[in-house]
Amino acid sequence: MLHIINKSTLTSGTLDTCLNTAAGGDILLIEDAVYAATRGNAAEAKLKAAMGRFKLHVLMPDLEARGMGDRLIEGVSPVDYGGFVELASNNKTCQSWL
Amino acid sequence: MSDAKKFMFVNRKAPYGTIYALESLEVVLITAAFDQDVSLAFLDDGVYQLKKGQQTKGIETKNFSPAYRALEDYDIEKLYVEKEAMEARGLTEEDFLVPVTVLSSAEMGKLMDEQDVVLSF
Repeated sequence: MLHIINKSTLTSGTLDTCLNTAAGGDILLIEDAVYAATRGNAAEAKLKAAMGRFKLHVLMPDLEARGMGDRLIEGVSPVDYGGFVELASNNKTCQSWL
Repeated sequence: MSDAKKFMFVNRKAPYGTIYALESLEVVLITAAFDQDVSLAFLDDGVYQLKKGQQTKGIETKNFSPAYRALEDYDIEKLYVEKEAMEARGLTEEDFLVPVTVLSSAEMGKLMDEQDVVLSF
């Protein structure tokens, strides 16, 4: 299953709820959620802890728009819009945690 | 100007994900045109608005971050960043597009208290 997160982790509980609820699979961080995948942010440890259970992805155009393209945490895989489509089509179901 | 009021714009949202950051900037520029005493405060995800190196080509959205550099042309030079918010996001003063004054939450609260008008975005 693909979980899509679009809210900032430091001001919204969306990623927490996803991590606490979801059984596993792929997580794609888009829009303001991409900050969670940047080095030195307060959610870094939480994200790293989730790497065992989930495969983490980040939408690079969103990361670059925010001036954070050079700060991606190791272990999070960068995808473009084509990669986004691929993730959606490779998974039987998608959940957007709005 | 004797009838100038102290305006503070409180920015707490990241850019692009919502329209708040851009809307705040628009109102800031309008206020400056009326010769008011303008301060900009950046708290929570608002500190991300000032991050250097924003490249929005990939999301086909206008990159409005260069406008922060133009603020000084409108005599807006009071930019305050909350220290706790900056540090929680792995950022330092060198990451910002413009010179800022870094304040603790308590100092920010005190400054907020001294304003005539506070607008929140």
